Amino acid sequence: MLKQTDKVVPSEKLPTGHAVLALKGVTKTFPGVKALSDVSLTLYPGTVTALIGENGAGKSTVVKILTGIYQPDGGAILVDANPTVFSVPQAAADNGVTAIHQETVLFDELSVAENIFLGHAPRGSFGLIDVKTMMSKARALLDGIGAQIDPEHKLKDLGIANKHLVAIARALSIDARVVIMDEPTAALSHKEIEELYALVESLKAQGKAILFISHKFDEIFRIADNYTVFRDGQLIGDGAIKDVSEADLVKMMVGRDVSQIFPQRTRQPGKAVLKVQDYAHPTEFDGIGFELRKGEILGFYGLVGAGRSEFMQSLFGITRPSAGSVEIEGAPVQIKSPADAVANGIVYVPEDRGQQGAILDLPIFQNVTLPSLGRISGNGFLRLAEEFKLAREYTERLDLRAASLDTHVGNLSGGNQQKVVIAKWLATQPKVIILDEPTKGVDIGSKAAVHEFMAELAAQGLAIIMVSSEIPEVLGMSDRVIVMREGRMAAELSGDDLQPETLVRHAAGI
Amino acid sequence: MLKRFITSREALLVGAIAVLLVLISFRFPAFVTPGNLASVFNDTSPLILLAIGQMIVILTKCIDLSVAANLALTGMVVSMVNVAAPGLPIVVILMIAIGLGTVLGMFNGILVWKLRIPPIVVTLGTMTIFRGLVFLISGGKWVNSHEMSPAFKAYPRAELLGLPVLSWIAIIAVIVFSVVMTRTTLGRAFYAAGGNPHAATYAGINVGKTQFWAFTISGALAGLAGYLWVSRFAVAYVDIAGGFELDVVAACVIGGVSIMGGIGTVAGALLGALFLGIIKNALPVVDISPFWQLAISGGAIIIAVALNAQANRTKGRIILKQAEQAT
Repeated sequence: MLKQTDKVVPSEKLPTGHAVLALKGVTKTFPGVKALSDVSLTLYPGTVTALIGENGAGKSTVVKILTGIYQPDGGAILVDANPTVFSVPQAAADNGVTAIHQETVLFDELSVAENIFLGHAPRGSFGLIDVKTMMSKARALLDGIGAQIDPEHKLKDLGIANKHLVAIARALSIDARVVIMDEPTAALSHKEIEELYALVESLKAQGKAILFISHKFDEIFRIADNYTVFRDGQLIGDGAIKDVSEADLVKMMVGRDVSQIFPQRTRQPGKAVLKVQDYAHPTEFDGIGFELRKGEILGFYGLVGAGRSEFMQSLFGITRPSAGSVEIEGAPVQIKSPADAVANGIVYVPEDRGQQGAILDLPIFQNVTLPSLGRISGNGFLRLAEEFKLAREYTERLDLRAASLDTHVGNLSGGNQQKVVIAKWLATQPKVIILDEPTKGVDIGSKAAVHEFMAELAAQGLAIIMVSSEIPEVLGMSDRVIVMREGRMAAELSGDDLQPETLVRHAAGI
Repeated sequence: MLKRFITSREALLVGAIAVLLVLISFRFPAFVTPGNLASVFNDTSPLILLAIGQMIVILTKCIDLSVAANLALTGMVVSMVNVAAPGLPIVVILMIAIGLGTVLGMFNGILVWKLRIPPIVVTLGTMTIFRGLVFLISGGKWVNSHEMSPAFKAYPRAELLGLPVLSWIAIIAVIVFSVVMTRTTLGRAFYAAGGNPHAATYAGINVGKTQFWAFTISGALAGLAGYLWVSRFAVAYVDIAGGFELDVVAACVIGGVSIMGGIGTVAGALLGALFLGIIKNALPVVDISPFWQLAISGGAIIIAVALNAQANRTKGRIILKQAEQAT
């Protein structure tokens, strides 16, 4: 099933240097699943290696093997060319390997300094933790990376960008030689990303080997020296980044050419479906008002923390606004709970689909019908035949491949779980669908599929609100864009005003 | 279908119960006669009722520690009502028991739903309050057999088609709640609210309200069991069913109900209760000292939890396409 033809391993192109950490022929199998098959990966000091692959290509498994969370079934981990076994995560740390995860794995209730030194805190008399030394060392580390963070603050008081900086300080505190960054820019704003790049450069200058996992090609070409591409758990290619083009990498990743990224759409918005006026919340947003038409895609752009998701959650009835009115097809509606929103034809596909999307212990059909139970029941009793029909109709529409609708969602692949979540919302036959970061963390092949699907839904007359932080996506998909800044609408743009610079200017307030 | 049943938790429990019965029959063959098994079932009926309620509560990521105290309070109230008005028909007594149990359950539910107090704290508190109320209304005195009216005591023992009413009530509860859990929107909401509260919220399910209904059902069943208990044993006192809430939770856990919520069935609760009931009834007859009995019951709980933990281990996501089609 896997294509071997385009597998190239031009190892001679790699810089000749002393590899600090390498995987050789590593295989990892889970019951029924071969996650990695004979893959190799080499990291050099002072070099940034980008690990590229679609979701499910085996990137996370590699990270877990490198950090001692998983043990490989075959092959070897080489530290300075010596075979080494990372039997526990601590062993990886002892060998100078550390990872900064996509979602920071730190402790909210502990102080910044405690987070940095957890497990290797400086000891004083009687083996007790020497708090004073710990604080001053933490301060020095944070200063060293240009972070203005008080080490005595609790971690929960920091923003996501600063949490990343703490994670980096922690990495430096164990004198790491290899730093693994798993999609570090996913949750960062433009400015914070620039700061992270600068930090990566300084880590490089200190001779650290960096493994950089990212979906974003612009940043890969910006900061990586080498690349390694995985597909379906196999090594497809590696080499120096200067020798390849973006198209080459995409081709290796998906095994095919991806030319047209955004679907062509004919814009023919119909009559207004949703009208929001003077929508406000005491602390999160104020003065939001707009109209949304049938068949229209309305983009919401802004920096992380601009209040977009908060507004959407309120529109969906999860939080209550302090003022404002909502009209659906000209009739005023009161949305006091998500159930009201669903009943009025508004659905919300949240950003964190794993957390907020599917119920893993329930079978596919029960997940799909969950918001539609009212329609397929009478006096509280479910009509199972109708339920199955509804579930079948919408899973087939999304081409969901699973043996049976009885399969528990937890046993499905990430892509199919996402299909279940989308099928669930479409089954409610909504008028307005709010998609919060619809392609966040989605690989490039599936991204195009999601975009096509959105275009198809709009063509069928659904009104779509798309919250996105990716400028190409906002520009490529939206008919109109509302830019939010600090909880307010900074601009409403359409037509020729839809330019990247304009968006960024309004979002940043310059 | 058959394959799925064989690999299910329920099948594993049926197997474990069968093995247990075979082992017991070596030492004491009379234990496995139909007559004795029926009496073991009858004996386990109150546990089955409470385990069903507890299963629903645990399903929603909560726990109800107040069930045994609820049982004691309703039991005492209906006993005293019976003493005060011996002529009251049993139907009225049943309605009082279920009604009072429901109200006590709702009280737990309101505290969890509206005040968002962690369920373990709420029910630890109400457990003590309910026991205190039993003491207050009875003044610490017992209601003894001779004070209760004959009809009051006879009801659970009355035989219908060869089985006592007590057993029939447990059987009916199993059937009714099997339907509720699999065929109603409320049943689905219990699974959804516990399986992933966030996703349930986005799907338009009010998680707090769902938990409220779980506590209400648990309370109603505890109230019903309260009357059945005092009339069967023909005595009501403050410490009645002391510590029984732990047996109830244990029955659920043995029955494969996930303490993390979202996983569990009525059949599981039933089998968990039966497993515990058989152990409790068999150990004395095969001459095992009471001290060992406790240890063995405890051991059974830990083994069951360990087995469930193994079963719940993630088998890894299905990434390969052919593997997904093969499931």
